[in-house]
Amino acid sequence: MAERGEGGGPVLSRALPERRRWAGAEGAIHAALLLAAGVAVLATVAIASVLFGNSLSFFTAVSPWTFYSGSVWSPDIRGLFGVLPLLVGTLVIAGGAALLGIPLGLGAALYLREYAPAWVRSIVKPVLEILAGVPTIVFGFFALVFVTPALQDWFGASYFNGLSAILVIAFLIVPLVSSLSEDALAAVPSDLREGALALGATRFEASVRVVLPAALSGIGASCLLAFSRAVGETMVVVIAAGVHTDLHADVLRPMTTLAGFVARRATGDLPTGSTLYQSLFAVGLTLFLMTLALNLVSDRLRARFREEYA
Amino acid sequence: MRPRSRQSRGVREVLFRIGAIACLVAALGVLAVLLGSILVTAAPMLRPELVTNFPSTTNPWRAGYWPAIVGTLYVVALTLLFALPLGVAAGIYLEEYAPPGRLTRLLQAGVANLAGVPSVVFGLLGLALFVRPPLALGPSVIAAALTLTLLVFPYVVVTTQESLRAVPRSLREASLAIGATRWQTIRGQVVPAAAPGLLTGSILAASRALGETAPLIVLGSVVLLTIPPWDLSAPFVVLSVQIYAFIGLPGAGFQAVAAAGMVVLLGMLLLFNGLAIVARNRLQRKR
Amino acid sequence: MDQILEAPSPSIEAGSRTTIESRSLSIWYGKKQAIEEVSLSIPRLRITAVIGPSGCGKSTYLRAINRMNDTIRGCRIAGQLLVDGEDIYAPGVDPVLLRRKVGLIFQKPNPFPKSIYDNVAFGVRLHYRATRAELDAVVEGALRHANLWVEVKDRLKESALGLSGGQQQRLCIARALAIDPEVLLMDEPCSALDPIATAKIEDLMFELKRSMTIVIVTHNMQQAARVADNTAFLYLGKLVEYGATRQLFERPRNELTENYITGRFG
Repeated sequence: MAERGEGGGPVLSRALPERRRWAGAEGAIHAALLLAAGVAVLATVAIASVLFGNSLSFFTAVSPWTFYSGSVWSPDIRGLFGVLPLLVGTLVIAGGAALLGIPLGLGAALYLREYAPAWVRSIVKPVLEILAGVPTIVFGFFALVFVTPALQDWFGASYFNGLSAILVIAFLIVPLVSSLSEDALAAVPSDLREGALALGATRFEASVRVVLPAALSGIGASCLLAFSRAVGETMVVVIAAGVHTDLHADVLRPMTTLAGFVARRATGDLPTGSTLYQSLFAVGLTLFLMTLALNLVSDRLRARFREEYA
Repeated sequence: MRPRSRQSRGVREVLFRIGAIACLVAALGVLAVLLGSILVTAAPMLRPELVTNFPSTTNPWRAGYWPAIVGTLYVVALTLLFALPLGVAAGIYLEEYAPPGRLTRLLQAGVANLAGVPSVVFGLLGLALFVRPPLALGPSVIAAALTLTLLVFPYVVVTTQESLRAVPRSLREASLAIGATRWQTIRGQVVPAAAPGLLTGSILAASRALGETAPLIVLGSVVLLTIPPWDLSAPFVVLSVQIYAFIGLPGAGFQAVAAAGMVVLLGMLLLFNGLAIVARNRLQRKR
Repeated sequence: MDQILEAPSPSIEAGSRTTIESRSLSIWYGKKQAIEEVSLSIPRLRITAVIGPSGCGKSTYLRAINRMNDTIRGCRIAGQLLVDGEDIYAPGVDPVLLRRKVGLIFQKPNPFPKSIYDNVAFGVRLHYRATRAELDAVVEGALRHANLWVEVKDRLKESALGLSGGQQQRLCIARALAIDPEVLLMDEPCSALDPIATAKIEDLMFELKRSMTIVIVTHNMQQAARVADNTAFLYLGKLVEYGATRQLFERPRNELTENYITGRFG
């Protein structure tokens, strides 16, 4: 409340204590919000320390060299901890899914942007969103109960096999690739496309020879992200691909991935601190580092893309 | 130099369009088959006992999802209770307070990278941090909720940021101009204006939490539970894990039970998303 | 408005044949009519300018000549537009082949994010099969024709985006020239460039008109006066006056034209 002071001007001294109190509350809120924003970083640090902590103990019992170069994973029976079968399984299943899913997603994005009439878009886009929201156990079940029998009949696959997982995971990542690629294509300025058309290119040629290459780093970022997603996919692998941990690349036989193994083996009965328990974390660490690397490169590519077309 | 045939150039385009349409139709078809086949497989089991019975590993006709449904509702509710305030707060900070600079970039990158971590790894985090000593919460509802909170956190943050960004700057400026503080402006004007988007974000988080299986398996979710997990610290089971358990049991009967569980799960998802759309429309109409 | 007359036959030099002719051409974007019943004959191997205030439809008219308006949803055409005697909007006419004959230079230079070489070679690779040697020859020829060769001959493999604005625009011209067009449409090609770059392009136009017909849209009347043989004045989508440039600027027949030229409205 301002009072008239000696010189006739208002005196705000009474107002100041209240203002300071407000400042305190504002400051506290600011700090609280900052802390909340830091949760993600804290969580990442927690993940890293949990994984590294247990892995380091693990690596005192089993050397990293044995772990990463060993081709036999039979911890319970033979005490052998070679992670190569899991790594190969991950590369085969995730790689196969990416090889199938990425071109499909890219083609879908190109078609939706360039050719699809409005009514087609209005059906396809919601469908892709639904697809993205279906829980992965549903896909896993579908793989086991409907895809696998077909593979058994046509290719003589076994009941648990890698191909079933590859096909279904490919289907699963199409919405991701499609929407990210569409964003990348949309970011390319339209005057590039017009320039190509003015030179006598067909719509297809303009898209594929000018717009697509111009969007390449953005599309590359989305491919890496999709591959990372496939690497992390767990339930489809667990349900449809099995638990077999021999080193092989035969997709018609059971195989498993890093993620699939962790989900299968962590049955809660492992005593804290036992080598078996810690081996889960060593596998988890490998998985985490793989996806982290993929995501970081993808971020770098996306940043470069944004620089070009911001 | 010879001219290229106009025909051959056109052919490529036509082939691409045919191929693309074929693929899209096939994808639609696969989705329809997927959902349809699950419904068909589940059909014999779709009766009230499905949701009121306890699970059984011996007789599919007596198996039900009652504890799992209770567990799911419990876990998801708790997860939202933790994740929404935390995520919205973080989103508000990043969008309204954070100055451009190193720290902000780090925080933003942290959110983005957390979203890319495979869900099993969250399970390992929860196992080591919450379930086992030192916190030793056991494989309980609270441990599951804490773990899932971290998992859905990035999604809440991102949708919050997007919703806040959609609020026109003029709203903030008008409020500040009449002397409101930054927080008063945010709490009184910006957040209510962003409410539809925030609601969508909450539903997204709930849907993700509903559908997660792998991290909860790793945490130690039980698969044959005879007592519904009414207690925060009790062993728990959720719908997705229960379904997974039934998938592993032999025989067409259990397949049907598993499929029926998925119908329930998808039904719940549909309900949540439907409510969200309705609520968002009402909120948007009010403005 | 009886100020806007149906333009009489233009006073074009005898002996040249018309290449582009529109007959009562009207163009709509959805409900809005952008061009109303414009009948215009553009002569071969001359530079024809289309001037008029903003929004009068000159870009629309220009883009109709190579059917670039096709890319805009809801664009409708009535009347005829003939190039070399053929109605290009007749069914069965392929815009892709038309655009090889009729090139377009845009207002803002739009080189592709590729090398200088690949930019120029792009059109050639679209329409022809060529050996490396043939391609090299065509690229060099086009760059020389566009007065750009000397400046870029040592950095053909570098990105086109590293060139200055004026160089980029000349690159776009070279890119268009590489496929040997008969008509070159230019949509305010110098409006984003500084005076020196503008002068270079205007000089280039004089050379180019020896081998192709040029139609330029410009909002800069001085530019039209400098380069064009004939000028058409469009206002609100209608053709007001069309004739030899000197005559139009020195002794305009229409009062509206005179008002525009003397700057009474812009």
